[in-house]
Amino acid sequence: MSELPIGAIADTALQAAPVAKARGYWATVGRRLSRDKVSMACALVLMAIFVAALIAPWLGLADPYQGSMIRRLRHIGTPNYPLGTDELGRDMLSRLIYGGRLSLIIGILPVILAFCVGSSLGLVAGYIGGKINTAIMRTIDVFYAFPSVLLAIAISGALGAGIVNSIVSLTIVFVPQITRVAESVTTGVRNMDFVEAARASGANAFTIMRVHMLGNVLGPIFVYATGLISVSMILAAGLSFLGLGTKPPEPEWGLMLNTLRTAIYVNPWVAALPGAMIFAVSICFNLLSDGMRSAMDIRN
Amino acid sequence: MRATFSHKGRRKKEQAVLAYVARRIVYVIPIVISVALVCFLLVHITPGDPLVAVLPADASQELAQQLRTAYGFDRPLPVQFALWLWRAVNGDLGHSIATGRPVLSEVLRAVGNTVTLAIAAALIGFTLGLLFGLIAGYFRDSWIDKLATSFAIAGVSVPHYWLGMVLVIIFSVELNWLPAVGAGPGGSSAWGWDWEHLRYLILPAITTSVIPMGIITRTVRALTGDILSQDFVEALRAKGLRETDVFRHVVKNAAPTALAVMGLQLGYMLGGSILIETVFSWPGSGLLLNSAIFQRDLPLLQGTILVLALFFVFLNLMVDIAQAAIDPRIKRG
Repeated sequence: MSELPIGAIADTALQAAPVAKARGYWATVGRRLSRDKVSMACALVLMAIFVAALIAPWLGLADPYQGSMIRRLRHIGTPNYPLGTDELGRDMLSRLIYGGRLSLIIGILPVILAFCVGSSLGLVAGYIGGKINTAIMRTIDVFYAFPSVLLAIAISGALGAGIVNSIVSLTIVFVPQITRVAESVTTGVRNMDFVEAARASGANAFTIMRVHMLGNVLGPIFVYATGLISVSMILAAGLSFLGLGTKPPEPEWGLMLNTLRTAIYVNPWVAALPGAMIFAVSICFNLLSDGMRSAMDIRN
Repeated sequence: MRATFSHKGRRKKEQAVLAYVARRIVYVIPIVISVALVCFLLVHITPGDPLVAVLPADASQELAQQLRTAYGFDRPLPVQFALWLWRAVNGDLGHSIATGRPVLSEVLRAVGNTVTLAIAAALIGFTLGLLFGLIAGYFRDSWIDKLATSFAIAGVSVPHYWLGMVLVIIFSVELNWLPAVGAGPGGSSAWGWDWEHLRYLILPAITTSVIPMGIITRTVRALTGDILSQDFVEALRAKGLRETDVFRHVVKNAAPTALAVMGLQLGYMLGGSILIETVFSWPGSGLLLNSAIFQRDLPLLQGTILVLALFFVFLNLMVDIAQAAIDPRIKRG
């Protein structure tokens, strides 16, 4: 009878030992993430799409701009055209791989830009507080009064079609969301003892923000931003799909989906391919963001 | 003695809720004005002269000046905004350049169809989302949880305009069961509640419902998990409450947050319908917005966005008030 509790205590002591040997926070997060099979699979898929888009010119693919009137809308599995051809007879495989270049840029760049602007705004608002916080956060509230799709389309529609305009409008859509997250995280960290200690020892506001806050604040914002990439990919391709982003003949998944819409009665499954690429990238970023969030939640 | 005390407490609570509602309504006023300002400025961030869209290409300098005065474009911006806002408050959003008809009546007619679509999609998405979320949260880490979670993550990650195309390919092109585009037989845009019209609603409504389905599943799953891990659930079970009654407590506690998320999602469906309406040529506000953008019909663009954004602000207000009413514990700053 009495042996059981002793054994249990010994067990807990054994379990506690590795915890006492402190490993860095990020190393622990990385290790936990690398054990998550779903996250690793998503990272691999994304890596493959990225690398293929990057080295597309050296892959020996057909010219993505070279069409032909006699081989339009070939089916999937046609010899020499494994994924068929589009409405102008261009090789789909080549266009899908090349399409990754623009699609990934217009999908990811807005989030990166918004991450820089939004976390700075949120950090300042959260750390300084007071009137500056009120001014920043109330301005942000105005953008929250628009559904994000509507805001993106309103700005894009007013600015006119184009890649730069579409990136600008999506950045404007995401800045408020990231600012809000950054502000709430910063406010939470600001009142912690170590920040108080830094202030008491005479560090100025800039040093405290750079040294003590940034490291604690950027993690959660980064995870949130990773999840936003999924939305951003869908919206960026959506703007192109409407004709507000990329212009023909550029290979880009949203635009390809738009121009192939006319072909759904002729060769429906080729027409659906570009959307499957958007779906794949978007779901991978979502799952990766979920994986990172649970890997960073070390208390559980 | 005790009765009067609790009566007093209740009145105090009601007063607190009323005070919150009043504050919340006052807070909406600056938001509405700012939203109007953003919509007003939209026309002014467009490259080039806003007159270009109205003016014939071979117009004389004199005519251009006349029109500029007529539209008030020669006055300073704040004055223009004040005038525009005053007319908007009185229900005058200007006239569509393409059709010449009043913007407000064009928008309101189209919004009706968007509301029909959003409500149908909400019925599907909210029901499935709540169901999946509760089941997944209740049976956490079981196979049924994994299935529901996969549905949810697919729902929030799918480019919905593409899903619409895929549904059209399956049910219209391959199977020929349902119509691919439009909102009624013969391309009519007038809605009716009969099978002839409902057939046109099915595919767009399913397409619209996947995002709210995914988001509500994820929210409700997380909520249910949190609530189940709280001490009071343990106490309820220890008290000998049947599992069905415990479940009722879980639902009650999850309701305020779930309601808020559903309200927000309804707003997103109303305001973000442009992509789906374009895929299905559904004659709602999104399709109107699409044509306004590509015909450079700036008054129509401005008016549609203003009406949709105000709808969204109003819906948010209603959700907050409803939440305060059913859950007065929540302290609000």
